[in-house]
Amino acid sequence: MVELMTKSPCAGLLPITRGALSLSEEDAGTVTSLASYDGQAGALSEALQAAHGVSFPAPGRVRGQGGTLCSWSGLDQAFLIGPEPDPDLSRYAAVTDQSDAWAVVRLTGAGCEDVLARLVPVDLRLRVFSPGQSARSLLGHLPVLLLRQEVESFLILAFRSMAGTLVEDLDTAMSSVTARSGG
Amino acid sequence: MRIEGKGQAERSRKVRFQFDGRWMEGVEGETLAAALMANDVRLVARSFKYHRPRGILTAGSEEPNALVTVGSGAARDPNVRATVQEIYDGLVVESQNRWPSLNWDVMSLNSLAAPFLGAGFYYKTFMWPRAFWEKLYEPVIRRAAGLGALSGQSCTERYEKAYAFCDLLVIGAGPTGLMAALVAARAGADVILCDEDSTPGGRLLAERGEVDGLPGPEWAASVVAKLRDLGVRVMTRTTVTGAYDQGTFGALERVAQHRAASGDLPRECFWRIAARRAVLAAGALERPVAFAGNDRPGVMMAGALRAYVNRWGVAPGKDIAIFGNSDDVYRTAEDLIAAGLKVAAVVDSRSGPPPEHPYPVYRGAVVTGTQGGRNGVSGIRIKTAGGEVRVKADTLAMSGGWNPSVHLSCHMNGRPVWRDDIAAFVPREGAVPGMTAVGACNGVFTTRGCLEAGVSAAQVALRDLGLDVGATTVPSAEDVPYQIEPLWNVPGKGRAWLDFQNDVTVKDVVQAAAENFRSVEHMKRYTTQGMATDQGKNSNVAALAVLADTTGRGIPETGTTTFRPPYSPVAIAAMGAGAQGHGFAPQRLTTSHVASVARGAPMIEAGLWYRSSYFPREGERTWRQFCDREVGMVRGAVGICDVSTLGKIDIQGPDAAAFLDLVYANTFSTLKEGRVRYGLMLREDGHVMDDGTTARLGPQHYVMTTTTAAAGAVMQHLEFVHQCLVPQMNLRMISVTEQWAQFAVAGPRARELVNGVLAAPIDDATWPFMACGEVDVAGVRGRLFRISFSGEHAYEIAVPARFGAALFDLLVTRAEAFGGGAYGMEALNVLRIEKGHITHAEIHGRTTAFDIGMGRMIAPGKDCIGKAMAARPGLVGPRRQQMVGLQPLDADKSLTAGAQLFAQGAVVARETNEGYVTSVCHSPFLGHGLGLGFLRDGRARHGEVVRMVDQLRGLEVACRVTDPVRVDPDGGRLRG
Repeated sequence: MVELMTKSPCAGLLPITRGALSLSEEDAGTVTSLASYDGQAGALSEALQAAHGVSFPAPGRVRGQGGTLCSWSGLDQAFLIGPEPDPDLSRYAAVTDQSDAWAVVRLTGAGCEDVLARLVPVDLRLRVFSPGQSARSLLGHLPVLLLRQEVESFLILAFRSMAGTLVEDLDTAMSSVTARSGG
Repeated sequence: MRIEGKGQAERSRKVRFQFDGRWMEGVEGETLAAALMANDVRLVARSFKYHRPRGILTAGSEEPNALVTVGSGAARDPNVRATVQEIYDGLVVESQNRWPSLNWDVMSLNSLAAPFLGAGFYYKTFMWPRAFWEKLYEPVIRRAAGLGALSGQSCTERYEKAYAFCDLLVIGAGPTGLMAALVAARAGADVILCDEDSTPGGRLLAERGEVDGLPGPEWAASVVAKLRDLGVRVMTRTTVTGAYDQGTFGALERVAQHRAASGDLPRECFWRIAARRAVLAAGALERPVAFAGNDRPGVMMAGALRAYVNRWGVAPGKDIAIFGNSDDVYRTAEDLIAAGLKVAAVVDSRSGPPPEHPYPVYRGAVVTGTQGGRNGVSGIRIKTAGGEVRVKADTLAMSGGWNPSVHLSCHMNGRPVWRDDIAAFVPREGAVPGMTAVGACNGVFTTRGCLEAGVSAAQVALRDLGLDVGATTVPSAEDVPYQIEPLWNVPGKGRAWLDFQNDVTVKDVVQAAAENFRSVEHMKRYTTQGMATDQGKNSNVAALAVLADTTGRGIPETGTTTFRPPYSPVAIAAMGAGAQGHGFAPQRLTTSHVASVARGAPMIEAGLWYRSSYFPREGERTWRQFCDREVGMVRGAVGICDVSTLGKIDIQGPDAAAFLDLVYANTFSTLKEGRVRYGLMLREDGHVMDDGTTARLGPQHYVMTTTTAAAGAVMQHLEFVHQCLVPQMNLRMISVTEQWAQFAVAGPRARELVNGVLAAPIDDATWPFMACGEVDVAGVRGRLFRISFSGEHAYEIAVPARFGAALFDLLVTRAEAFGGGAYGMEALNVLRIEKGHITHAEIHGRTTAFDIGMGRMIAPGKDCIGKAMAARPGLVGPRRQQMVGLQPLDADKSLTAGAQLFAQGAVVARETNEGYVTSVCHSPFLGHGLGLGFLRDGRARHGEVVRMVDQLRGLEVACRVTDPVRVDPDGGRLRG
């Protein structure tokens, strides 16, 4: 029997470094969308807490850290990032595997907020968008889920098929920001 | 010439730049205008229409005359204002609108034709004979009139767009803006301060006054240092160009235009700034006086002259006359004397005794004309109470007063308010919500007054923002009242210029009024006043004052024209930054992309996706050969096609089945688990929206597929139906298009191939036509669907996308061993036309289920979106154009998509049109051309011969009307 080899969305495209800025592909583990059924939001949050140690996040928020993150991702919906989802969760929510649907990249370094300001139309100033917050927005033309994990570290999820455009757009903005800082 | 000991720029760094082929020396960072003045260049441009010799008029972005082209080749940048462009080592600049040279311009003959080129000449002189306009007059005028030209090549420079957010946006960094920013930042507000100049300070840089005991420029620098310490974002070289809804402002930043080597730097960045509050501190623009010959090089604005002398340490001449209607004439004279220059005369149009003065002063007098050649003024004529006086002068500084820069306050349709005391318009309060206009742009013309205004504007904003307003002391500064008597134009012989850039004179405005173009908007368009790239910044008010005078109305009654964004020109490249080439739209690539390109497959765009057209093989030369071979592979062996681009929507929940019954015309609640059904989706208006298959994976779990291009639209439609029409239905949906790589395996040997990669083989009993379920694909959990678009025995295998590339390679390798291989969109299209399957070529938005022969799919026993509307009279019946197959009678002839259908013997006319062709192909299986199309009452006309007429391509083909399904109509191949 043959074995099928895997290929990551940004294979051959990343990592890149421009001055103080770095962009790398992240192995986020399993990505699962959880959408609670009517009246089940509380039960889902409890089941999530029991199984994975995180509660269901409020809009624009991320719960958990390290290998288990749960980020709000839309109306009645959150992405569990990291662990295999507990099968029990499907009693309260539509559970859908999204692990292969997203290119997950990390942007770090001084000026990463400036890089995103060239592509993302939402207010990402630290006082408005601090670590532990997330947003569904656009990056250039691309729909993205944006997570701020540290002051100078963002996790960006974009459609897998658009990984090339994602990297190209970010690279352009990174090199332009680096050139401005004289780097 | 340079003036020893004057100027604020450090003189240490000398650079060389080129103007019209001549190398000159300048000081790094000074404007091109200052550098040209230092090199005694007086003639810098030719005017738009008459090719009049023109010099530098202003020292700012309002400059109408001194436009140049910077750079060459694709990077060349036309209509750059010499008063804005900073020089750097190696800068290459050319003058514009002249031939063969600036000094000797053949087109200046236009000036002799001036009697024919006056107001409205476009409409009068060149209207006959009619055909001559397009062929002769317009090209000639376009060549003779104009400014700089684009290179005509694709832009090679990098441009950028960016977003910024703040509590308070301060527009303008003069004394008002600096003070407002300082007060707001000290109170803890997040402030952005924008100024179009390279250095903050505004008029403080151009005047000799002191603030808080410090020279103006030093005080400005000290405030900027404090602002930076407080975290204020000070954006220099950034012009706020427009005020838009909800506190959004457009701003253009010059990033690399002042640098020799830019590397990765963008040339310009177009900012969208969202501010909770804004302070407009845009200052004021000095306006000229219209008198004969006021456009001669050497005539310039008095305030600009002070800027050149005080800030840049350069002067356009040694023997300078000054003309104006306010105390600015004396201020200018004192600055010149302090710089060691000679004041030839001061002409003050106001009467009364002048202040003490060591230079000739003419009170109650006006300048009636200038003398000199194309290189500039040599003398002026003055009309005094005692008669005409002639004075020798190489420069004339003029001032007709100041116009507050009200522009941004008018961008949301606010009209400015006239103030008699300063003879100028000021912004209407509240014209742009959240923005306060203060300082000189609100008619405050003393430094002290501006500093106070800045403080109070910040305090208003802080209160709105809910921040504490601390105590602030206003620095001491000059506070001399502004005294002006209006003076717009000096009557007399000769052309007196209003709009320097578009060559509009007082006579033109008078002529427009005489021809009954009395509204200011009509006058503007008839004369082209204010319609050039400078938008009449220093001429509009004077022009409307002349119009008011001519028509016997007051200025406020006459009103202004409409101020629209942008405040100053913005390159389209900046607004469209990032959208060149591939930046126009994102690329969606399948997991098989790399392997397909390696096999030589050209890509075709389907929505944002890139799909393979065909896979060429050695020995084949034309696309028809590739396509025919691929069709043959599928009909004779097995073909592999990447179908991952089809939309896949995962739908789960207790009401998932009921929801599908609502959004699909046919029924899905009756579909068994482990089965797939074809579904047809209607719009609310009863026309077909999309089609596809939906699989039932569990009791409450479906996966819907959509066509590639309609995936987004269908998802949006489903969300709308759920959120707005049936929110009580308990279900959730999410796109899984990207999660799965999916491949069609089609052909008589499909099952053989599939069984080679599955852990557990399948047969007709376990996996009949329209079965689906989870399978183990070479150790990976995948999904298998037995569905067919080609009409052959076929499957679609899906695996998580990370395995897509590997599975494609495996499937294609196996298929090739069976005598098949990969097939692309061309073959896919032929296969489906042979089967009479629709795509969006057929369901193009105007066809109904009835039209495509699926009327009976609208299930009678339940409701669905579009059901009632699909039953409207006129949407069913024999008058409808219905889908048919078409076959040319002559097998050598081809059908063309988009061609029209007519009955045999009918006249080809709109009224006799009976239908049209939507899809065509050559069927290698049948050996002739095939088409799908829509024909009036078509289903009743199978067997009839109709005419296909393609008037665009000049073709006519007789063809037989057939059933749309031409291959395997009873489905034996796909079930067997």
